[in-house]
Amino acid sequence: MALKIIVCAKQVPDTNEIKIDPVTKTLVREGVPSILNHDDANALEEALKIKDQYPDTHITIVTMGPPQAKDMLIECLAMGADAGVLASDRALGGSDTWATSNALAAAIEKIGEYDIIFAGRQAIDGDTAQVGPQIAEKLDLPQVTYVEEFKLADDQKTITVKRQLEDGYELIELQTPCMLTAIKELNTPRYMSVGGIFDAVKVEIPTWGAADLGVDTDKEVGLEASPTNVYRSFTPAPKGKGEMLSGDSEKEVVDKLLVGLKSKHVI
Amino acid sequence: MDFRLTKEQEFVRKMVREFATAEVEPIAADVDAEHRFPEENVEKMAKLGMLGIPFPKEYGGAGGDNLSYAITVEELSRVCATTGVIVSAHTSLCAWPIFNFGTEEQKQKYLPDLTSGRKLGAFGLTEPAAGTDAAGQQTKAEDKGDHWLLNGSKVFITNGGYADTFVVMAMTDKSKGTRGISAFIVEKGFEGFSIGKTEDKMGICGSSTTELIFVNCKVPKENLLGDLGKGFKVALSTLDGGRIGIASQALGIAQGALDVTVDYMKARKQFKKRLADMEALRFDVADLKARIDAARLLVYRAAEMKDRHVPYSAESAMAKLFAAETAMYVTTKCVQLHGGYGYTKDYPVERMMRDAKITEIYEGTSEAQKLVIAASVFGK
Repeated sequence: MALKIIVCAKQVPDTNEIKIDPVTKTLVREGVPSILNHDDANALEEALKIKDQYPDTHITIVTMGPPQAKDMLIECLAMGADAGVLASDRALGGSDTWATSNALAAAIEKIGEYDIIFAGRQAIDGDTAQVGPQIAEKLDLPQVTYVEEFKLADDQKTITVKRQLEDGYELIELQTPCMLTAIKELNTPRYMSVGGIFDAVKVEIPTWGAADLGVDTDKEVGLEASPTNVYRSFTPAPKGKGEMLSGDSEKEVVDKLLVGLKSKHVI
Repeated sequence: MDFRLTKEQEFVRKMVREFATAEVEPIAADVDAEHRFPEENVEKMAKLGMLGIPFPKEYGGAGGDNLSYAITVEELSRVCATTGVIVSAHTSLCAWPIFNFGTEEQKQKYLPDLTSGRKLGAFGLTEPAAGTDAAGQQTKAEDKGDHWLLNGSKVFITNGGYADTFVVMAMTDKSKGTRGISAFIVEKGFEGFSIGKTEDKMGICGSSTTELIFVNCKVPKENLLGDLGKGFKVALSTLDGGRIGIASQALGIAQGALDVTVDYMKARKQFKKRLADMEALRFDVADLKARIDAARLLVYRAAEMKDRHVPYSAESAMAKLFAAETAMYVTTKCVQLHGGYGYTKDYPVERMMRDAKITEIYEGTSEAQKLVIAASVFGK
């Protein structure tokens, strides 16, 4: 039984060189080098590690983006993935996370069989961390986000993951099929290989438009169908310097804190 | 004429640059200071297919082209010339002659180990008394019926101390001059074969440059590479390709020196101005950039001609001559642009300047390149 894995990836502008359009408040993407989103590289690496262990594993990368996103798919293939699918159509442009996950969930359904879907936690251009979980909801799959350790049992069905939280972690066991989102602590992505590059460029990568995906361009995908839009974006003003309290004892410091908070009507 | 790289070549550059930046650059200064062969990175490069780029997949290669190989050596040398020459000598001087002149049995036996990097390759032509005058070979190979018996020594052999497979030239019939030279495949561990002195060099200090010693070394009959008496031809055509590797190394050194110098000039202030804002120095950089780009076009053309299987001997000689002299010129200038800091080991440009010098000497000195180029003008 060969495992089938789908990895959701996104081509993003290199954050070292980003600019914001003052009118639309969105990222200016023209002329900015594009890269494979970092967390997505971790998602792919984990799939490739499974393939290292079980060589008959089949990995498909799926992405939504403009035609040049194909280059990112070639990079993923050169790292070791087997197939790539590009969801690309003018009608998909301007999609927010909800609309994007509609398109990607449709693409995944069209691909058909899968045991595990990996995605990166979030993309460095939007930082929403919403698309992965939304896809899982739409496909009615169990999901675990912020995966920092992954273990597949010998039955190739039972998965144990360590889920990173701000103040600790959770150990979760779940069964395939499922959706997992990767964080950078999960692994170190491999490089493309030279042989992989020469093979990857020869791979035919299908482009699926809205019609191929069977999505409603009025209600499910694109700018108009997106329930959210960027109202305003700004750089938050730096917070003022905090006040350090000191005293001879903990009680004295706490007393000073309480007096301070009361005087500001916080308590 | 199309000056654009293919998609494959662009991806190879991206991949090698990422690898070089993350794995090679951080240890380059230590490799130089400690005269340490970077074994760990050779292993990593092997896994990524960088030790078998221009060879077909049926022999374990990456199925790539010579221009991708040139770009790889360039990008490695941009941060560490030692790493660049390890790949170049292995690929151009050992794997290639076996691929090009070997019998099917020899190719099946030796190439998959070399192209996968499980084994490292080296090439033995130079002798104490046979440098540019390579025809003056003293190493002898006697036909002993069921084996060859090699006696003699080789010097300045790149990868010598770490290689497993050697392509070695020896005289099989002294009376015939260059037509009495034959090529052999020698394995580390053959009886009577040992590694002698390791050279203490000015630059490329992490590269292993050694003597090879043959004392009644028994080489199997089937390890004759190419026809008997055709070793000099094997050596010369191997060096035609090798020059593309060394030219790429020189190109990479020059580009690396310019890149760090541009960064330095953007940060360094004198007379309340950044060096990058001083016109005289900007003109220096403009000159360096133009020379490097000219070198790049010559190197890429030679590689592209090799890929097209047309004669490229004079073109690779011009590429090597010009790229090597460019590397020396550019690195010397980059030390100057760094001022006193450039003369210290806190900055990489002094290492790059020491590394650049060898590119004017090995695999044919600049003078030897001129012999080849002049012969293409006037005939031999």
